Amino acid sequence: MAQYKSLFSGSVGQKFTMGLTGLFLILFLIVHVSLNSLIFLNDGGASFNAGAHFMSHNPLIRVLEIGLFAGLIIHIVQALRLTLKNKKARPLDYAVNGGKFNSTWYSRSMGILGSLLLLFLIIHLANFWLPTKQALIKNTEHNTYTNLKQVFEKGYIVALYLLGVASLFYHLLHGFQSAFQTLGLNHKRYTPLIRKAGFGFSVLVCALFAAMPIALHFNILD
Amino acid sequence: MSNGTMNLTLKVWRQNNATERGRFETYNAQNISPDMSFLEMIDVVNEHLIQEGKDPIAFDHDCREGICGMCSMYINGRPHGPKQGVTTCQLHMRSFKNGDTIVVEPWRSAAFPVIKDLAVNRSSFDRIMSAGGFISVNTGNAKDANTILIPKDDADLAFDAAACIGCGACVAACKNASAMLFVSAKVSQLALLPQGQVERQARVLNMVKQMDAEGFGNCTNTGACEAECPKGISIENIARMNREYLKASMD
Ligand code: FES
Repeated sequence: MAQYKSLFSGSVGQKFTMGLTGLFLILFLIVHVSLNSLIFLNDGGASFNAGAHFMSHNPLIRVLEIGLFAGLIIHIVQALRLTLKNKKARPLDYAVNGGKFNSTWYSRSMGILGSLLLLFLIIHLANFWLPTKQALIKNTEHNTYTNLKQVFEKGYIVALYLLGVASLFYHLLHGFQSAFQTLGLNHKRYTPLIRKAGFGFSVLVCALFAAMPIALHFNILD
Repeated sequence: MSNGTMNLTLKVWRQNNATERGRFETYNAQNISPDMSFLEMIDVVNEHLIQEGKDPIAFDHDCREGICGMCSMYINGRPHGPKQGVTTCQLHMRSFKNGDTIVVEPWRSAAFPVIKDLAVNRSSFDRIMSAGGFISVNTGNAKDANTILIPKDDADLAFDAAACIGCGACVAACKNASAMLFVSAKVSQLALLPQGQVERQARVLNMVKQMDAEGFGNCTNTGACEAECPKGISIENIARMNREYLKASMD
């Protein structure tokens, strides 16, 4: 008999949820970073604004947006539930802990990195998502590129964004290959490739994300 | 130090029972031969404690040759100490330096309550095994072992998984006190062999269910278990268990 319930409950089921939502969020990052990269076409933000307009007005994208928030919330809620369970599984910690001998610091810090990312995300949404939505409601034109330039004028915002990108980098570095492992995709031949792809992906995506605020702050583009 | 022996300071976790709060006690281990095993060193300390009329340090051990999985000490922050691929009973004192301070703790996991000092109750592992770590066999005369053909690759993988001695170092090392390496080794060993097919689906579901009921944490793929496992059990087994679980849940 099918035990679909066990697919999403219990330790393994909850891990599946983490992995699947994680991969879904990774797909979103690809879209996001591709759109960002349009500023490097150096056309005064014309292509970028066209892309941003499409993303904010296309009905299909707006449905996907709801899915994206849902995926994000499930990823966060599930992480919190698992973290609480994990804390309960070791009520008393070791006096001496040699974690550094057996695992990477970022694989052990996914909760902290995720929390930093969430904080960053709130600021990020307030900076860009909210103004777009407001313009949409008021039915006024919104120049996202101008918005970008204004926000990244401030040095501390740029620093904050770079910190956010750094958190993303380490979160992805573990999360990318971890999702595959969780979903059972571990293979002598392919796992080393998945790890390399995960590393390449994390570097590329984060470099592009980081390049945007830097380029705009220092007026490298125009 | 005389004739190559060493003097060490031990900080050992002492706890009378599962409910009492534990504490560290400091002991001097003197004239320890570098050729002793870690357990023999504790034996020497215990002899002195007994001579002084004090309570000796309780710890688990049986075979003292790395096959039973009973010894279970968390030494300087690592299960079975600083060497890879060995159990505490196989750890030689030459892995330490004269004058070292060594901190010894029990496995810390809600599912492994302390019995006394360094001895923990690992019957949660037994209950996981009873939930599915077995196969059905026909009664009657034993068949010739070679009548069932098994691909070499599968036999090798099953054998690797079967090397697990159930010591619990994976749980001890895991930041989440997860038992997934242990459970996945047992699930894999049987899922890979023709003899394990009858209960294949029920096994993975029931063993995971029991693992959760025992209060173990959840794997976050840090790989600490694999790095610290004295038998080198690979986290490939965890991926296999997840596949088995996925298939069993959807079937
Ligand atoms: S005492 Fe048997 S494995 Fe250490």
